[in-house]
Amino acid sequence: MSEHEPSLKPYILVFLALMVLTAATVLVAKFDLGAANDVAALMIAATKATLVVLFFMHVKYGTRMTKLTVLGSLLWLGLLIGVTTMDYASRRLSDEVRGAPYEAPGLELAGQLGDSAQAPVASAPAPDAPHDR
Amino acid sequence: MSNPAPIPASAAAGAHHASHPALQHQFDSLAQQKESSSLGMWVFLVTEVMFFGGLFLTYVLYRLRFPGVFAEASHHLNVPMGALNTAVLICSSLTMALAIFAAQTNRKKAIVPWLLATIGLGATFLVVKAFEYKEKFTHHLVPGPHFDLSQFSPDHARPAEMFFSLYFVMTGIHALHMIIGIGLLSWLVVQARKGRFDSSYYNPLEMSGLYWHFVDIVWIFLFPLLYLLGYHAR
Amino acid sequence: MSHAVSHDLNAPSAKLNYLNAGYGLRSWLLTRDHKRIALLYLISVTVFFFIGGIMAMLMRLELLTPEGDLLQADTYNRVFSMHGISMVFFFLIPAIPAVLGNFLVPLMIGAKDLAFPRINLLSWYLYVFGGAFTLWAMINGGVDTGWTFYTPLSTHYAQGQVMMAALGVFISGFSSILTGLNFIVTIHRMRAPGMTWVRLPLFIWSHYATSLIMVLGTPVVAVTILMVAAERALHLGLFDPRLGGDPVLFQHLFWFYSHPAVYIMVLPAMGVVSELIAAFSRKPIFGYKVMAIAVLAIAVLGFLVWGHHMFVSGQSIYASTVFSLLTMLVAIPSAVKVFNWTATLYEGSVSWETPMLYALGFIGLFTIGGLTGVMIGTLGIDIHLHDTYFIVAHFHYVMVGGTIMAYLGGLHYWWPKITGRLYRAFWAKISAMLVFVGFNLTFFPQFILGYMGMPRRYWSYAPEFQVLNVLSTAGASILGIGYLLPAIYFTWSMRYGEKAGDNPWGAVGLEWQTSSPPPTFNFDEIPVVTHDAYDYHDQRPTNAAKGESALV
Repeated sequence: MSEHEPSLKPYILVFLALMVLTAATVLVAKFDLGAANDVAALMIAATKATLVVLFFMHVKYGTRMTKLTVLGSLLWLGLLIGVTTMDYASRRLSDEVRGAPYEAPGLELAGQLGDSAQAPVASAPAPDAPHDR
Repeated sequence: MSNPAPIPASAAAGAHHASHPALQHQFDSLAQQKESSSLGMWVFLVTEVMFFGGLFLTYVLYRLRFPGVFAEASHHLNVPMGALNTAVLICSSLTMALAIFAAQTNRKKAIVPWLLATIGLGATFLVVKAFEYKEKFTHHLVPGPHFDLSQFSPDHARPAEMFFSLYFVMTGIHALHMIIGIGLLSWLVVQARKGRFDSSYYNPLEMSGLYWHFVDIVWIFLFPLLYLLGYHAR
Repeated sequence: MSHAVSHDLNAPSAKLNYLNAGYGLRSWLLTRDHKRIALLYLISVTVFFFIGGIMAMLMRLELLTPEGDLLQADTYNRVFSMHGISMVFFFLIPAIPAVLGNFLVPLMIGAKDLAFPRINLLSWYLYVFGGAFTLWAMINGGVDTGWTFYTPLSTHYAQGQVMMAALGVFISGFSSILTGLNFIVTIHRMRAPGMTWVRLPLFIWSHYATSLIMVLGTPVVAVTILMVAAERALHLGLFDPRLGGDPVLFQHLFWFYSHPAVYIMVLPAMGVVSELIAAFSRKPIFGYKVMAIAVLAIAVLGFLVWGHHMFVSGQSIYASTVFSLLTMLVAIPSAVKVFNWTATLYEGSVSWETPMLYALGFIGLFTIGGLTGVMIGTLGIDIHLHDTYFIVAHFHYVMVGGTIMAYLGGLHYWWPKITGRLYRAFWAKISAMLVFVGFNLTFFPQFILGYMGMPRRYWSYAPEFQVLNVLSTAGASILGIGYLLPAIYFTWSMRYGEKAGDNPWGAVGLEWQTSSPPPTFNFDEIPVVTHDAYDYHDQRPTNAAKGESALV
């Protein structure tokens, strides 16, 4: 970390970039771009986070171990999110094969639940279909 | 915190090098100590990533399940306040970096003001957040028995309550991290006033800085996910 | 307290060590010495072991007869929940890392202490604090959620002290995280000169892998418990199906940690066994590098298989298939380890000391536990066996037959180093035999019971299951005696045991090169390492005499 000469310039530049990107993300969100809205929001957030990690947190000048740690954490986060999503993404397909849906898809379920009571009820709450085996 | 006895460290630590007052007994050199605490801090941040990761995963899955509901519910959040807070946190990250920069370049007098500025910005964030929370309370948007379902289209009301559950848990835990960060920085101010930090030793500053920036990054993701997705449909 | 060390005490050994470096309560409760903290952990995990053990005895007594005569259904639910919570979170997870690991990691790598001694002490306090919450919950009615805290049972319907128990688990989780963090940094940064990565004892490798799991997995369960608490106490809806939430998501998050947690329990056990097998075969571990890689592979693959706990809970069958396949993969590095231990025994000068008895017991029981794991990791078989006693028997073979056998073996091996005293070998061998026999008698019948279809977690059962249940309860009483004996002779040895000397087993490894008990900073002079781990070549007179030393 101490190998590189500390200088003010990158901090200021990164700061300005972060501010501009914040304005950009709000601005982009105002227009209806369909799925591109979500992609843009996440891309901008990821860019901002990368800038903070590289410059404010000095990872750019850090040891190989530091970089490895950062990458490792991202890998494991991806694993948690990715593998769990694997289940949710294939639920519908799985239900078709089983022939007995475990759950109603998204919004229909919401409608069905909309008029249920607010306070916890004593009966079993889960709209869980029985296992088919 | 004294160990059983102040055993003369010379036997174990080796009397070869004059030791810095901040050097702890288990290390051989200040460099080893610095490398160790840096690795320790990064490993700690990994645990933080996984901690928030569980929350983000929950958010992502429910959002994929109820995209329309989450968009509608997010319209009840205050985007200007959220954007303001994003800017405030980015400024605080800059001032934090500058405090460390001051120590690195041995401008000892500048450390405390930059730290105080960081604390001030952090506190500003919390105050704005408190106003937002108050708004949610008055509008009956806090999940639970008092949640006002009638503000949403009937199909959307219950999952909208879940959106607000996620909103409060995620921002609440983030705010808790901010409070802890402010506590850390206040301790640093005390230490810096005593002249503990200079270009040869500023490890605690550097480590607390990493934490502070991490909390900033969490917000950088929370802001678009909670406030902005679905903003155009207002 | 400084006067306590400045002049020699009446202790027979003139040498200053970590035990006689101070005597007051303060010198223990505020210590930063990893060896003293290890002893603090030893005492506290033993307390939880016996609490969990009492719960187990209550369950076995209830199951002696088919009717619910000793405990009522609701009480039984609470008893098995408290058994699971104390054993998993407060005994099995900390047992080997926090006791043996804490004591040995710095010694084995030639360091003065862990990298963060104060954080080490903090993690003990967090453990005690979390334990106190859980004990409070137990005394004030307990919980009936099982150790898994499944929603919506835990969030909406469970009676009892769910919040307190969950809070206890949450807090102790941070103890585990900090221990893992400390080990990772220590192993990376504090190794003695010459102690390269490929010279590290396998005990260190396995603790490194374990620490990775602690650091990567525990935070996820922490935030999950937090979400459950928020749902239960603050009426937020996060897993609540009435709001469109998904209880299966809770299971995903929970098992993302809790499956790897099994490897937190068993990887350090594998490390211990590697040390024991090498020391009592007088041979280097067969395939050292493969063993190190296998440990890391288990840690990584262990993170990819959590869905095999959810085959019948509504998970997509495609995800289940992938999880089933990945589960098979974990068997590969695990089997590699078993093969290499047995290959190490081949042509070794095996001696039948107590620690070796435990190590050999471990290999047998772990093999059974692991192979039955492959069975229930198979989709079709699991649908039949899920939530039966087959599962109970399987994980007890891994956790009790694996972890506790290795833990006891390790304690018997390093006890002379920890206390400087020898225990009575005769009684130790008796207890090792009792544990092995008692364990098998307790849990083998449960495989059969489960295969016949007896469901787990019920206070009563169909009469045709009684014979096997009586066998199991009989085994449990033998096992109980087997566990009580060491508590007695270890305590006895601390005062009356023979002086052990620095290296009673003639083992290699840095921990045996310092005095017993070691001085506060472990080594009078930081050692320089010039050999690989398990450098037993010189000490193999038998094979050398036979002229077979070329066949290593």
